[in-house]
This record gives sequence, C-alpha cells and structure tokens, in this order.
Amino acid sequence: MSPSSTRETFDRNMKSLLEHVLVLGSMVEQAVEKSVAALKRHDHAAARRVYAGDQKINEKRYAIENECVALIATQQPMARDVRFLAAILEIITELERIGDYAKGIAKINLLLVDEPDDPSISRQLEQMAELSLSMLRRGLDAFVAGDAAAARVIPADDDAVDNMYNRIYQELTQRMIDGTTTVDYANHLMWAAHNLERLADRVSNICERTVYVSTGNLKELDPSDDLTLLE
Amino acid sequence: MIQIATQGLSRHDLARQDLTSFAVETRDLNIYYGSFRAVKNINLNIELQKVTAIIGPSGCGKSTVLRAFNRMNELVPTARTEGTVRFMSQDIYAPDVDPVEVRRRIGMVFQKPNPFSKSIYENVAWGAGLNGFKEGLGRPTMDEWVEKCLHKAALWDEVKDKLNQSGLSLSGGQQQRLCIARAIAIRPEIILMDEPASALDPIATLKIEELMRGLAKEYTIIVVTHNMQQAARVSDYTAFFTMDNDRAGILVEYGPTNQIFTNPKDPRTESYITGRFG
Repeated sequence: MSPSSTRETFDRNMKSLLEHVLVLGSMVEQAVEKSVAALKRHDHAAARRVYAGDQKINEKRYAIENECVALIATQQPMARDVRFLAAILEIITELERIGDYAKGIAKINLLLVDEPDDPSISRQLEQMAELSLSMLRRGLDAFVAGDAAAARVIPADDDAVDNMYNRIYQELTQRMIDGTTTVDYANHLMWAAHNLERLADRVSNICERTVYVSTGNLKELDPSDDLTLLE
Repeated sequence: MIQIATQGLSRHDLARQDLTSFAVETRDLNIYYGSFRAVKNINLNIELQKVTAIIGPSGCGKSTVLRAFNRMNELVPTARTEGTVRFMSQDIYAPDVDPVEVRRRIGMVFQKPNPFSKSIYENVAWGAGLNGFKEGLGRPTMDEWVEKCLHKAALWDEVKDKLNQSGLSLSGGQQQRLCIARAIAIRPEIILMDEPASALDPIATLKIEELMRGLAKEYTIIVVTHNMQQAARVSDYTAFFTMDNDRAGILVEYGPTNQIFTNPKDPRTESYITGRFG
C-alpha cells in the first residue's frame, strides 16, 4: 500500500482497515492483561468482565472480515494489496484466538474458588503474559510498518516463553507429586500457562504474514517446536 | 509455403515428444512505424496450448507485438519488423515463407466482431472452403465441419436452427463466437485475440472467457487485453508491457499468471496491476 493519485479511496479504505486491526489487537491485549491480573487477585468480577468482553472481540473480528471481503469483491486487489488483505484475514483470526485464551484464563479464575494466594505461580504467569504481549505489540508494529526484518526476529522470543511455561509446568508437577497442591488446581494453572504459551505461537503466525506481505513468501518462522519432537 | 517441423504430428504428440518446444518465440523483436520504434528488444517464449495474456497501458505496443505473430503488421505500409519470430521453431519472416499460410495457421480474432455479411453457415464454411477443405474419404462433410466448429465455439445450440440467417443478425457476443468458429474452421494452431471481449457485455464476456479456457485444450491462445481481471481469470501466463522513456514498448515481466498477479517481481508491474501510478 502506498500513496497514489489513482487509488485514493481504496488506499483510505485499506488504512481504515489497518486501524481496525490495531483496535482489535489492543482489545485482545487488554483482555489478556486483565485476565492474568484478575487471576492473581482472585477477582471474579473482573474475570466475568473479560469473559463477557470476548463477544465484542469476536464481533470486531467479523466486522473486519466483512470489510476485507467487501474490498476484495469491489476493488479487485492485486499483488501486495491482495497479500495485505489475505494477511489481515489470517491476523484477525489469530487475534480472535488470543482473545479466546484470555477468556479461557478468566474461566479458570472463575473455576478456582477459595484458593490461597500463590505468589510464585502468579509472578511467573505475569512474566509470561508480559513477554507474550510484548511480542504481540512488536508483531503488530512490524505489520503496520511492513517491516519484514523486524517480523523475522520476533518469533525467537518464543523460546523464552516456552521455557517459562516449562518451569511452571515442572513446579506444579512437583507440587502434585509432593502433595502440596491438588491435581485440579495445578491442572487449571497449567492450562492458564498453556494459553499464554499458545499466545506467543500466534504472534509468530502474525509475523509470518508480515513477511508474506513484504516478500510474497509464506514460510514458517519458528519451526523449533515441530523439530524438537522429531529429534 | 511454410514447412512446419511438426507436420504429421498432432499437437499432443509434439507436446509429449519435446517438452521444451514453444508455440512462438521472439528474439530481439523490434517493430517500427516509419522512423518510430513502437516496440523494442522483445524476447518472449509463448507456451504451447496455454492461454497467454499480454497486458499493459495504452500505447505500449501490445497489439503491435500480437500482430507480429502472424505478420499482420505487413498490411501497414510503414511498418518494419526486425529480429526473429519463430512459430514452432520456424522463422515466420524467412524469405520463402508465405504470409497467407502463416495467417492460416495463426488465426486472429479482433476487438470488434466482424462476421461476413453472409449466413452463419457460410461464415464458417467459406474460409474452410478457400483453404482447401475436402470432404469424404473418412473426413467430415462440410456440414459436419461447420457443426463441429460451432460446437467448439460454444455457439451451436444457439444457432443450429437458423444457420441460413445472416451472421450479422446475431448479438455482439454471438457474433464474436461466430468469428472464433470461423477462425477455428481453417484449422489454426494458434489463435491471437486482440481485446476480444472489450465490446461485449459482462455475460457475453464471461462466455468468451470460458470459451478461451476450453479452446486452450487444443490451441495456443494469445490474448491482448486491457482488462486485468480478465487476464487474471483466463490466462496461464501473463506478459506485462510498458512504454520506455523513448515511448517504445518493452516487455517488463513475463511469468505464470498467479505469480504476476500475487507477487510480481518488478515494481513497474506492481504499480500497474495495483492501479497506482504515483
């Protein structure tokens, strides 16, 4: 997308679409932040708000999807333009799924009743959320800037997120072995950590689309998870 | 008369025998109108039995190049062609080559439907008769041949009950398909189409496009079009031409249509197909 005298209306529509994608990104980012904070505070009222707010995220995604389809049908985009719209269709799906992860964490919060504070796990979940959301912000920035070089390096942070997940998993497993926590409680928190780990994977997919828009090449940027199992 | 290396072989045989053969190859093709160079240094290989679209802005020499493929530019008094154009590996501009025979084997359909002021039947049969069509001895009769050509042009069902009516009584889209049937009737191997649907309504246009896809199973189709969506819909390969600083047409990019329309390599192609001229 570049300024032009011949497609001003189309360029304006594309810019507006991009702004809506950023709004959606901001909505899911806040949902994740709030869900993790609410989990730490055992704040069920806040969790219910996140849970209910997922509907707005879904609606926003559908609105953007409809706008994309309308632009494809009416403007016959080609080359970079069609790659850009195809990328947006993929990115909004990823964002909506990240919203589902926030909703999942909120649901876990609501399922945990009368549990004591757990500063260790809470702190680690916050750190995971912080890094994953930092990846998300940088991923969306790279998409907006059309910066393939920036997009290529972001998925490398996924290893750190995976390590955080593994630490939480091991700590909770050990507690279950030691009998210091219930299987139910540990299982729920593992699931919350898993959601944050998957969030980072979704960001890698967003980065792949940024590279695709810039270069036309669709390529997995972070194949390490798949390769690890094959070694 | 042009001697074709593939004589005696069907196009399917040829494709099997020599996968590297091209229907048309140009080497350093330059075409002048008087002192004005209309196109320069065109090097292009047109694939057999595929649809190749030539796109580009007005004045970039698309039609001039198309007409060079069957020596039609020679009908323009000031036109001069330099370089090589090969049809099935044979230089069609060689001194011993008969341009009439070239045009029989490389037919042409024009922007404006131009049926003869004769019956639908005669529109198809006339050219075939002139070009030595013979009935009998296992060959189809003229009636059968006319029917076959009209079938291939997806027109038979619409005209079978009025073959004696004037070709000019048909709609624009039907007239264009009649012209395609007329072109097919003289057994060409390549069909050149110069904006074949630009004078037609959207439904007639889609019929012509579907017809082109069907004809590509048997013929090599080369189509010049201003309509990029049409090029994207119907062609296997796309060649993008533009004007150089000296206003001569140049070939900027040529490749599989899917690549040209989703990921062109040259920024000039990108600007043109996305409709941005800065």
